[in-house]
Amino acid sequence: MAHGNTNGNGNGSGNGGTHGGPVAARGAHYPSFEAPSVDKVMVEERAASFTKRSIKKETKVKGLKLAISMMDLTTLEGKDSAGKVRQMSHKARFPSTDPTVPSCAAVCVYPKLVPVAKKALEGSTVKVASVSTAFPSGLSPLVVKLADVRQAVELGADEIDMVIDRGAMLSGQYNAVFDEIAATKEACGEAHLKVILETGELGSYDVVRKASQIAMLAGGDFIKTSTGKIIPAATLPVTLVMLEAIRDYYYATGKRIGMKPAGGIRTSKQALHYLVMVKETLGDAWLDNEMFRFGASTLLNDVLMQLEKERTGAYQGGDYFSKD
Amino acid sequence: MAAKNGGPKAEDSGKTAVADTESVRLTVRKAYKMYVGGAFIRSESGRTTQVAEAPGSASKENIPRASRKDGRDAVVAARAAWDGWSARTGYNRGQILYRLAEMLDARADELTKSLVRGGLDPKQAAVEVAATIDRVIAYSGWTDKYQSLFSSLNPVAGPHFNFTSPESMGVVAVVAPARPALLGLAGCILPIIASGNTVVVLASEADPRTSVTFSEALATSDLPGGVVNILTGPVGEVLPHLAKHMEIAALDLHGVDAAISKAAEEQGAGSVKRVRVRSLNEAEWFDAAATESPRWIERFVEMKTIWHPAGQ
Repeated sequence: MAHGNTNGNGNGSGNGGTHGGPVAARGAHYPSFEAPSVDKVMVEERAASFTKRSIKKETKVKGLKLAISMMDLTTLEGKDSAGKVRQMSHKARFPSTDPTVPSCAAVCVYPKLVPVAKKALEGSTVKVASVSTAFPSGLSPLVVKLADVRQAVELGADEIDMVIDRGAMLSGQYNAVFDEIAATKEACGEAHLKVILETGELGSYDVVRKASQIAMLAGGDFIKTSTGKIIPAATLPVTLVMLEAIRDYYYATGKRIGMKPAGGIRTSKQALHYLVMVKETLGDAWLDNEMFRFGASTLLNDVLMQLEKERTGAYQGGDYFSKD
Repeated sequence: MAAKNGGPKAEDSGKTAVADTESVRLTVRKAYKMYVGGAFIRSESGRTTQVAEAPGSASKENIPRASRKDGRDAVVAARAAWDGWSARTGYNRGQILYRLAEMLDARADELTKSLVRGGLDPKQAAVEVAATIDRVIAYSGWTDKYQSLFSSLNPVAGPHFNFTSPESMGVVAVVAPARPALLGLAGCILPIIASGNTVVVLASEADPRTSVTFSEALATSDLPGGVVNILTGPVGEVLPHLAKHMEIAALDLHGVDAAISKAAEEQGAGSVKRVRVRSLNEAEWFDAAATESPRWIERFVEMKTIWHPAGQ
């Protein structure tokens, strides 16, 4: 290999190639970004198999409540207002009048609305996440992006969702992508960093896998599929590729990275498919809101409707649940 | 006997070749499917009901047996279709229903044959198909006219205009009468969708096959997917779940047992459903003057009253 494979993981396990060792490149030391190639057919077939599990009754209720506790309730629209964010924050804190239904994990808003969410969620367990780094394109100069991050943290964000520079990723400037993530991580300070790969723009699972590798090596606490502004957003196969990257990174380094699929997850059934996939790929250690999140806005209502259906036996209608 | 000669003679072979091709050709067996959200589907349960291919025939055909979850999926499709269907102008809904009549007319033979296979004599079947097409045309005419008949300008004590006009309700669940299987099906669907409602219909259990052919005309009629959803299956199994369903605005029950309709009314109380129960005999379904009345449309509209300040 052109650049040294330092950790000698040559036992033919099939998913080796996750390395933490430094590699010399243009005077700076970068870790190896090498990632195994992804078998498209198999990953899609494997992902489809998770949709065939039958999860009913108490298990379903438990799964749905877990899904609520993992939700980053999100509003990222140009028309977002303080009122909307207050309303959504309240809903994240008390999704249901049923006290056994947990709060959501976080609300996710634009930086300007962080103080509103922060105030609305005072005294609760719900975190405030803010998208940053010139979301959703990420195509501002680095200084602007870092200032965006610092500002969001200053305003009180507990978590920062950054976007990677897809243009750089696709043109092979991996070091630049790495540097940006590392610089953003530094700017975050105490705040958790979620790295959005925007998989819908990356083109292939191989690139997704490599981008995951770079994001984890550069210090991302979570890797996240999408901004929600591009179709396709989160899909089961692409999430599986990222979960496998997390698993292999954990085997190689012992560090546990979180996962956040976002965009396109609208139904309870889909949410349960994701939970099954996490359990069968990473195990129970990832089945809590420290390690796994759903980025969603309409999913919560569907889950609440399903919980109510399980409680009353009657299918529910949209008129009985608040829209925002 | 010819068989003794040990093989066909040369001059016979040309004739038998044609006959053999015909006898060898496989019959095309049809997979009957339910119509939900603009697509033809099997029951999610995989179950079917067997129906005799023709009266007295030992050969059976499989018709999907709808489950609770098929009902649920149909309601999702119907609710999604309601926004668009109710927002169309009455004029446009009329055009689409007229096209439905065209499609039914083109399939008149197929529908007649289906009714005959369901037990009618050919003459009766042809009359029923013709009456069905006429009914579709009648309601295609009503779609932009019934509003004026049911709207009113109400006198009020004050400087206000006060007017009332009908609006569609949403998703209506329908149990179609057992007979007439085709006219009854069309006759209960048409007045409901004419005003912009969408429907989930449990088709006749006596002749479910004909409802499938009817759906095939719906599918080619410009009617948006999900406006009419037709399930074939046991009413007793699916109706209770539709009656409890919070998304459904009303129930229209034709010719169901008193016990079932009473239970449906009780189950519908949780969401304050409008429940209409009706049992017409077969002859009454053919009475065009009575069944093509806009009063049938009025059964499933919501009256909206608006106050508006009157200028000097």
